[in-house]
Amino acid sequence: MSAPAGTSIVNGRLIDPANGIDAMLDLHLLDGKVAAVGAAPEGFQPATVIDARGQVVCPGLVDLAARLREPGFEYKATISSETAAAARSGITTLCCPPDTDPVIDTPAVATLIRRRAKQARKARVLSVGALTQGLRGEQLSEMAALQAAGCVALGNAQAPLVNTLVERRALEYAATFGITVFLRPEDRYLRDKGCVHEGVVAARLGLPGIPEAAETVAVARDLALAEHTGATIHFRGLSTATAVRMVRDAQAARLPVSADVSAHQLHLTENDLLDFDAQCHVTPPLRTPTDRDVLRQAVRDGTIAAICSDHQPHDIDAKEAPFPATAPGISALETLLPLTLRLVEEGVLDLPTAVERLSYGPARILSLPYGRLEVGRIADVCVFDPQAVWRLDRETMASAGRNTPFHGWEFTGQVTHTLFEGRVVYRSAS
Amino acid sequence: MYARPGSENLQLDANGRLRHFLTIEGLGRQTLVDILNAAESFAGVSARTVKKVPVLRGKVICNLFFETSTRTRTTFELAAKRLSADVVNFNINTSATSKGETLLDTLRNLEAMHVDMFVVRHADSGAAHFIAQHVSPGVSVVNAGDGRHAHPTQAMLDMFTIRRHKGDFTPLKIAIVGDILHSRVARSQIHALNALGVSELRVIGPRTLIPTAAGTLGVHVFHDLEEGIRGVDVIIMLRLQKERMQGALLPSEHEYFQLWGLTQKRLAAAKPDVIVMHPGPINRGVEMESAVADGPHSVILEQVSYGIAVRMAVMSMCLNVLSPEEQPA
Repeated sequence: MSAPAGTSIVNGRLIDPANGIDAMLDLHLLDGKVAAVGAAPEGFQPATVIDARGQVVCPGLVDLAARLREPGFEYKATISSETAAAARSGITTLCCPPDTDPVIDTPAVATLIRRRAKQARKARVLSVGALTQGLRGEQLSEMAALQAAGCVALGNAQAPLVNTLVERRALEYAATFGITVFLRPEDRYLRDKGCVHEGVVAARLGLPGIPEAAETVAVARDLALAEHTGATIHFRGLSTATAVRMVRDAQAARLPVSADVSAHQLHLTENDLLDFDAQCHVTPPLRTPTDRDVLRQAVRDGTIAAICSDHQPHDIDAKEAPFPATAPGISALETLLPLTLRLVEEGVLDLPTAVERLSYGPARILSLPYGRLEVGRIADVCVFDPQAVWRLDRETMASAGRNTPFHGWEFTGQVTHTLFEGRVVYRSAS
Repeated sequence: MYARPGSENLQLDANGRLRHFLTIEGLGRQTLVDILNAAESFAGVSARTVKKVPVLRGKVICNLFFETSTRTRTTFELAAKRLSADVVNFNINTSATSKGETLLDTLRNLEAMHVDMFVVRHADSGAAHFIAQHVSPGVSVVNAGDGRHAHPTQAMLDMFTIRRHKGDFTPLKIAIVGDILHSRVARSQIHALNALGVSELRVIGPRTLIPTAAGTLGVHVFHDLEEGIRGVDVIIMLRLQKERMQGALLPSEHEYFQLWGLTQKRLAAAKPDVIVMHPGPINRGVEMESAVADGPHSVILEQVSYGIAVRMAVMSMCLNVLSPEEQPA
């Protein structure tokens, strides 16, 4: 008889949207992979048994946009600190945008990030390579080399291309290798020096506005170029109702276009800015309640296939200035699942759909083999207590960045275990 | 749910009295009337041989200007000196702060000098709120203009001027003309005039200079000057910055004057006793012709002189709230 090995997660409600499963089923893991769903394999003797009674067992979450700040901005956060925060949040796969320093425009940087993440052993970090060298929007990056170095997509981070010819060539060249291109739809000229949505609140506070058209003009342009080049594009972080409609129409016309939304856009609006709260300074800006409602609807109907954290941890000084001078972004890993579960609470999504938009949905956008739990798949698992009520306290966050507008919010649903490649990387104290 | 500190709470103490003066928004009609009444009592001081009262003797007021200004800073300085406060002036080039020292570092250094009040001007909207959120308890902040957001003492001296000429606000029709979008003065005037209950408030200008959603501010939007000033009691002209031509907001000063420049001829559309105001400095031949600026309807120079009394009122109200004998034990 062999020594006990592997892990069984028993008595839980297994939700595996990729396989249409939502049932009381046990999950058995061995050698970092799913060994069985339901009954244990013959003679299976788990070394660890997790009793998930009353809890939900689902695929580890996949986050398409999380900045870990390494290399280059270690004073804000590190791969080690942020993968630990991811583990605590049930996230097992993170896609890191290329705006590190140096930029991920060479295989060396992608390799460095992968190595650091391997050492940390808390979560998988996948790089999004730069679409253009130095993100300058002028010369194409060595896309084939970046792909070979493990980059799962290419993008230009928060520096959308200004030159449409460069964008056309970049999409064509990327399409040559079948690489998905992440686009942050924003017209630089229309954005100008804006820092909040151009609307009621901007009018009152006298903050420079970013019009809805800054997004819709870019979406229209990007869709036209995607159709022309045949590239597969993914819109990173939609914020407006009109852009949602344009993407929905493009999908109906069978264009290979996907989209995601940052979790905070599904909850906050421009009205949350009324006291110049720099924690609500984000890009794209918080829009109107109507935009928020349409984004929620798009998540429900699948036009938006993934909810992201758009994690941007900052040092304290980054938010300690008059609003326009503060750095945009939220430290958001720890609120990704809670904010999504709140949509379930508010009747926007059912629980399996919520799980899908955080796991299989984002994985499918990049054809990643994660976010699903059938036999033979990598054993990335998130176990959470859907009833647990807790309050977010920025002082006890795991991320090095404490910049969150959700400090003090009460949430229902809390991660109890995270397993990454079959290993328990987080277990709650209680 | 987590409640953020509201701007009203930030400016007012537990008894609803002013501790900072950051924006007109959220201040009730009574607070504005109190300021106007206090200004009225200070207006006589400038006419005396000894132009000083000992209200703020022993207090230190720091003019902290991150944006150049001569006139506003001077009137604040004069107001403080007439209240017998000690005044220090800091003109800080914003590029110097961007070279390392943060705004908070600057503030803490100055606070260490036991300043009682900061009068702040800054190019970023929200800067005065930010400073008020970070000063030590007991230190007041008066906003002397933050970005496009607010310039509440300018608005109050405009209210003071209007009250002197018109008395009651409630029957008045008032038009604000020009670059509303970029104007902190206009935003503060709009809040003040609505709080004081004017009959109708209009803004006039090309679409490029009117904010999106202007209607939500409680104004009627007009694009035609003569239509907009028809029957009004007060016309407030705004300064047009030269850089608006570069930003593709306007074709030329010439066309602006043709369409939105105030002339004697156009003034006939307003009420016969209309008053014309301007926060200064005027671009003659752009916002208005000299015949209007120097004409019988103009009250522009009065505005400047009332500025001192209004600032004395605001400073003494903010600091008296915080005087040691009034502090709760």
